[in-house]
Amino acid sequence: MARSATPQRKMINTAFAWAIGLIIFFPILWTILTSFKTEADAIAFPPKFLFFDWTLENYAVVQERSNYMRFLWNSVIIAGGSTLLGVIIAVPAAWSMAFVPSPRTKDILMWMLSTKMLPAVGVLYPMYLIFIQIGWLDTRIGLVVALLLINLPIMVWMLYTYFKEIPAEILEAARMDGASLRSEILYVLTPMALPGIASTILLNIILAWNESFWTLNLTAAKAAPLTAFIASYSSPEGLFYAKLSAASTMAIAPILILGWFSQKQLVRGLTFGAVK
Amino acid sequence: MATKSSRTAARLMMAPAVILLLGWMLVPLTMTLWFSFRNYLPLRGGDQGFAGFDNFIRFVTASSFWPAVGATMLIVVGSLLITVVLGVLLAVLLDQPMFGQGIVRILVIAPFFVMPTVSGLLWKNMFLDSVNGLFAHVARFFGVTPVEWIIEHSFASIILIVSWQWLPFATLILLTSIQSLDSEQLEAAEMDGAPPIKRFWYLTIPHLSRAITVVLLIETIFMLSIFAEIKMTTAGAFETKTLSYLIFQRVLESQNVGLGSAGGVYAIILANIVAAFLMRIVGKNLDT
Repeated sequence: MARSATPQRKMINTAFAWAIGLIIFFPILWTILTSFKTEADAIAFPPKFLFFDWTLENYAVVQERSNYMRFLWNSVIIAGGSTLLGVIIAVPAAWSMAFVPSPRTKDILMWMLSTKMLPAVGVLYPMYLIFIQIGWLDTRIGLVVALLLINLPIMVWMLYTYFKEIPAEILEAARMDGASLRSEILYVLTPMALPGIASTILLNIILAWNESFWTLNLTAAKAAPLTAFIASYSSPEGLFYAKLSAASTMAIAPILILGWFSQKQLVRGLTFGAVK
Repeated sequence: MATKSSRTAARLMMAPAVILLLGWMLVPLTMTLWFSFRNYLPLRGGDQGFAGFDNFIRFVTASSFWPAVGATMLIVVGSLLITVVLGVLLAVLLDQPMFGQGIVRILVIAPFFVMPTVSGLLWKNMFLDSVNGLFAHVARFFGVTPVEWIIEHSFASIILIVSWQWLPFATLILLTSIQSLDSEQLEAAEMDGAPPIKRFWYLTIPHLSRAITVVLLIETIFMLSIFAEIKMTTAGAFETKTLSYLIFQRVLESQNVGLGSAGGVYAIILANIVAAFLMRIVGKNLDT
């Protein structure tokens, strides 16, 4: 766009954009505010925006009543574990496709991507059955593997686009100097690839944290992460706005903060390089 | 450049990912395909033999099929329209010079990071509820009778929730694309006296066309399989049962695995048709 805007124009843009931004963000803001209210204030009419008795009681109750920390821990293990395992598997794959491409590389990449398009519900029962058979139903290891499988294509793909940007000349120079494959990877490639790997990890933690199909359908009480924990609040006895808000705030806060750092990665990771 | 040994090494490095994904694709898929031809009711007699194409025929002739197709279409098309149209406008706005651009961007993107169960539950209770929801409060303030949104306007409610979740995604992708638009071209058009609307229509929109297509395709794939948003709000009631929710109910709730699997095969085929278009665009990009 033309960058020569009058101060007036800039003020109008600012007012407009902020208004829309606040409207979009409002449900989250409202939830955070409500989490600090008493239950009576939470449903008061007219609604209380900022002037109410701020309280931390809801957070204490949520932790006490449903042992929030256990669900948080499950989320951390499942999102972190699947991402970590995924990176260990995806980095070598993406590395080899980016630096030792064969005529089939493109087909393999496209095929990996196509597995991501598989609708989860289409394989729900087989997964359920397999999980029962090997005793993975409602276990953290089961969900780690499930989320690893659904996010692996995105990881390979994202890493591939990052690795592709590393100039091959550098590798050739290293090889000419007699670097072995191992030292080539360790000393030349890894430092250059780290930002891309970090971005991939970040995006995948977010995706795994929020995944709400397998986490709801393959867990019960033991391995349920935060997505399922919140779902338990849909039962009538759990319906207290302030407590629902506190539980929700705790569930989304960590990822909201991570998410703000990941805007760029989001575009790359979810459009598979089709939009730059 | 690649020596023979490095080729072998490359294959070995690729092997774990390829084997895992191959297993992930083939094993459950084969099972679904197998079940779809069986008369399989785990709680009522188990596997009762080969069913031919019965499940496939029963799935599409059941009275719940066409409403589910309609519900899916309505939710997907409605949400796509809203997110893409608003996304383009928002992207253009966010690309303008302003104060605090970074913060506005953060505000706009935030809903994407809210887990679907949370956004479903929050919207349903804190905003759309007819007694204590914020919308009801506002309605009462203006002297209007509050509406039971989830029941009376169930589709509007779900479309609202899904759009709220995906508008950030559309905006972010479109903004990224707009920022790569050649500003000289726009300035030239401006100097030639082209009004803003014309510049938008003849320069910005054509430039965005590919990004819009990508957004449409990716969102379609994700929206076809929305699950938690429905489970948390209507649980498939009030005619909002989408195809994937119908399949979910057939498989896990009524435990008719044969029938549900046939539905699953349809869903897989449908997703593949959409995916084929997306892959073509992605593939083209891979060459350049």
